[in-house]
Amino acid sequence: MIPAAFEYTKPSTVDEAVRALAEGGEDARVLAGGQSLIPMLRLRMAAPTLLVDLGGLGELRGVRDDGDALVIGAMTRYADLLRDPLVRDHAPLLAQATATVADRQVRHLGTIGGSLAEADPAGDLPSVAVALDVSFEVVGPGGWRTISAADFFVDFLTTALGDGEMLGALRVPKQDGWGTHYEKFSRVAQAWSIVGVAVAVRRENGTIAEARVGLTSMGNRPLRARAVEEALAGAPATAEAVSSAAARAAEGADPPTDVWASAEYRSHLATVLTRRAVVAAGGIHAS
Amino acid sequence: MTRISITVDGVRYDDDVEARTLLVHHLRDRLGKVGTVVGCDTSNCGACTVLMAGDAVKSCNVLAVQADGTEIITIEGLAGGDGSLHPVQQAFHDRHALQCGFCTPGMILAAVDLLAENPDPSDAEIREGIEGNLCRCTGYQNIVRAVRDAASALRGAQVAEPASAVDGQMPGTPQAPPAVPSEPESVPVEAVPRPVP
Repeated sequence: MIPAAFEYTKPSTVDEAVRALAEGGEDARVLAGGQSLIPMLRLRMAAPTLLVDLGGLGELRGVRDDGDALVIGAMTRYADLLRDPLVRDHAPLLAQATATVADRQVRHLGTIGGSLAEADPAGDLPSVAVALDVSFEVVGPGGWRTISAADFFVDFLTTALGDGEMLGALRVPKQDGWGTHYEKFSRVAQAWSIVGVAVAVRRENGTIAEARVGLTSMGNRPLRARAVEEALAGAPATAEAVSSAAARAAEGADPPTDVWASAEYRSHLATVLTRRAVVAAGGIHAS
Repeated sequence: MTRISITVDGVRYDDDVEARTLLVHHLRDRLGKVGTVVGCDTSNCGACTVLMAGDAVKSCNVLAVQADGTEIITIEGLAGGDGSLHPVQQAFHDRHALQCGFCTPGMILAAVDLLAENPDPSDAEIREGIEGNLCRCTGYQNIVRAVRDAASALRGAQVAEPASAVDGQMPGTPQAPPAVPSEPESVPVEAVPRPVP
């Protein structure tokens, strides 16, 4: 399949990109790595009049240390994240989830910003972003502003990005002192998660002081499993306590039924994967 | 139309393309690089894999304009100038790692990409590494064996150079012939002038 015709521009600065988006109007779209957009163009599920290719914006690529957080340019590719020592040392949950995205070819072009702005609830990085309370630095005609992860994901493939705005960078809190794990279930290679669970756990002595749990493919957007988090806060770091907390993983979720799995199956899977992820993240041994 | 300049298998091409042109169509229909095939046309199967700026990409999932300024290696640019096969090609031949051969160009380039990053992968790492490439007839057993053999051949080729450098200090050391024609770096085929469309 061949995409419908569109205009194309490749700005060399963020200001130029914002201007091009504004001039392009409501049918202008950003091209990041294109690994989700190009298939949609080919299926003609998307037919923008203008593509603004951010591939020339070196200022939006790369990872830098900013004290208690990493600042990651939106155009940083998955493959770059996997090779980055800062990400490996301070954001291991992001690294682990990124390694499960699609396949090597897709990871060579796909970007963290593209994945998050796509806001596919079956994507692996959105649930990591909500679990870690990543801040979204966005830029548009009104300049830069920050959107919290809780507010960024609005609905299926829908974000809080306003007209003419684009994602510029992610501020990822360092997970120093936390144990983390991404647990993903899919039936075949390079497939989307049927369910994925992103977990960060902070232990104090024999208890779980704090836990964050993000869910992939359990609703119209990436979700936090708040009931699990509340049950884990202050709980003993034992397999029994984790099992009982994980049993609440699907509370408040609204998982889809599709060709891969029913909603009931997903709800059950979420409890199993959450248990496994918390056990792995917290270094919890069977008692 | 957008002007792009890409180097494919060592030859530079400047062309005006429609922005919607997919890289695979540009390679095949405009540049005549038909060794790169279209398989599933849905960005799943990986048959159209090429190396772009050194990284494996699915050329049906890249716009030609995104490739502007990059160097592309296709399956046609992998063999040595004298026609000697690249170690990965040779290993696929030796291990009978193909039946119909349709997935082979992409499978080989995916393997080249993997081995550049991980020269000594385990079987599990090979399977993970080529998960973006689907074979629907011969199965993956011989493909994995071929990638393993190629890894070993490439590592041998790499250590052969320093080893031969110290040969002078160790007279009498027999020099084993390389197992395969070693050419770890891809060498472009002879430039064939492209007919003006």
